[in-house]
Amino acid sequence: MKPAPFTYHRPRGLAEALATLADVGAHGKVLAGGQSLMPLLSMRLASPEHVVDVNAVPGLDGVEVTRDEVRVGALVRHTDLERHDAACTAIPLLRQALRYVAHPTVRNRGTVVGSVCHADPAAELPAVLALLGGRVVAESTGGRREVAASDLYVGLLETCLRADELATAVVFPVPPGRSRSAVVEVARRGGDYAVCGVAALVRVDDAGGVDDARAAYVSVGDVPPVLDLTEPMRSGGPDAAGAYAVSRLRCEGDIHASAEYRLHLVGVLTARALREATA
Amino acid sequence: MNEQTVGITLRVNGIRNDVDVPVRMLLSDLLRHELRLTGTHVGCEHGVCGACTVLLDGRPVRSCLLLAGSVDGHDVTTVEGLASADGTMHPVQQAFQDCHGLQCGFCTPGFLTTIAAFLDERPRPTEDEARAAVSGNLCRCTGYQNIVASVLRAAELLGERR
Ligand SMILES: Cc1cc2nc3c(=O)[nH]c(=O)nc-3n(C[C@H](O)[C@H](O)[C@H](O)COP(=O)(O)OP(=O)(O)OC[C@H]3O[C@@H](n4cnc5c(N)ncnc54)[C@H](O)[C@@H]3O)c2cc1C
Ligand code: FES
Ligand code: FES
Repeated sequence: MKPAPFTYHRPRGLAEALATLADVGAHGKVLAGGQSLMPLLSMRLASPEHVVDVNAVPGLDGVEVTRDEVRVGALVRHTDLERHDAACTAIPLLRQALRYVAHPTVRNRGTVVGSVCHADPAAELPAVLALLGGRVVAESTGGRREVAASDLYVGLLETCLRADELATAVVFPVPPGRSRSAVVEVARRGGDYAVCGVAALVRVDDAGGVDDARAAYVSVGDVPPVLDLTEPMRSGGPDAAGAYAVSRLRCEGDIHASAEYRLHLVGVLTARALREATA
Repeated sequence: MNEQTVGITLRVNGIRNDVDVPVRMLLSDLLRHELRLTGTHVGCEHGVCGACTVLLDGRPVRSCLLLAGSVDGHDVTTVEGLASADGTMHPVQQAFQDCHGLQCGFCTPGFLTTIAAFLDERPRPTEDEARAAVSGNLCRCTGYQNIVASVLRAAELLGERR
């Protein structure tokens, strides 16, 4: 058997799930789609004493679309959101980003909320949540709170959620009218984690000028950085914005890319994303 | 330590199974070791190669990334469930034979299940779509050309059957 022994919990309701999480505290781990947690368990990089499988909790698989936001429940799989026309019409950025998340087979099981909670800087959805200024709904036996994306990510694979909290939903705000977006990335093979990726959101005015331009980055730093690119975009267009991003961000090297190459990609991909968004 | 077990019911290739499994058993190991359905192959065991792909309620998933306990109450289709009861091969299997879509065969079960589900949703794919559909499965032998040809051939065979 690959994973180390653990006690398995399969709560059938939200109250039971929260009570279980409160009970096991820091010794427990939530299991959602398992597309990140199961490899960690099988390689024994993680060996929690308790695994709390939330897949049988009813009521967490809904997508709600209002004029202002798209609310995605904890058991909504990547594929479900990708195919949700109302959600992806309200926020095209969602589908633009989701198609880069792994392969369809992994997206069939992995959850949107799980990806947001896993806090992998190489993942697309944390960058999207940060770019849109979204939030996570966290529930525990002590009550419910909402955590803004800007507070959520505190380090590599680390959020400020407590061990006894279940993220029951993430909320993506609908960007204001006349907003356009694009996601571009470079990966070694289609479906792999990005060597570098950029999600861009641009709001144009009546005359086609730039009201607001910003971008969030994948595989750059420990937590997804968001840059305001409005000024360089206005004064010099996408290439100036790319150069500005290079001057503002720091990259690390790894086996896939040197720090220099990754920073080079920051510039190229920033310009490309902005060009695509405003095309 | 006494291993915790959990009683689960799952339908595999249409047959109901009631089994007690250790809670840390993977679905891939349940299929192969307990249910003796060794058609599902296991390569990397961390979600990368796709050899272990089965259909969960009709959708392709990695069986090595699922706890057996998590699939309680669900339907699983393995490669053994693709052919008809009389042994007639599934059009995807037939296409792999026609187009030489396999060599050693290790990766094949994962490709067959993935492609069968893909063609259900996209009966007439372009070559690019066919290539994208198999991009999550690794094959160390064929170089993929004949696998892509097999996807397109399977689409033809399915069309003829309709
Ligand atoms: C081969 C492969 C390639 C991949 N490539 C990419 C890629 O290119 N881009 C990308 O973004 N991702 C990629 N992934 C990861 C995938 O997107 C996962 O689905 C996602 O990261 C985690 O979601 P999950 O539901 O599977 O979470 P799980 O694996 O179940 O959990 C992940 C972590 O989040 C916690 N968690 C999950 N849900 C909650 C919740 N509701 N409340 C509190 N904590 C929770 C868990 O405790 C655990 O620590 C890849 C995975 C594989 C196997
Ligand atoms: S064995 Fe499951 S993906 Fe490789
Ligand atoms: S046929 Fe040998 S790995 Fe694909």
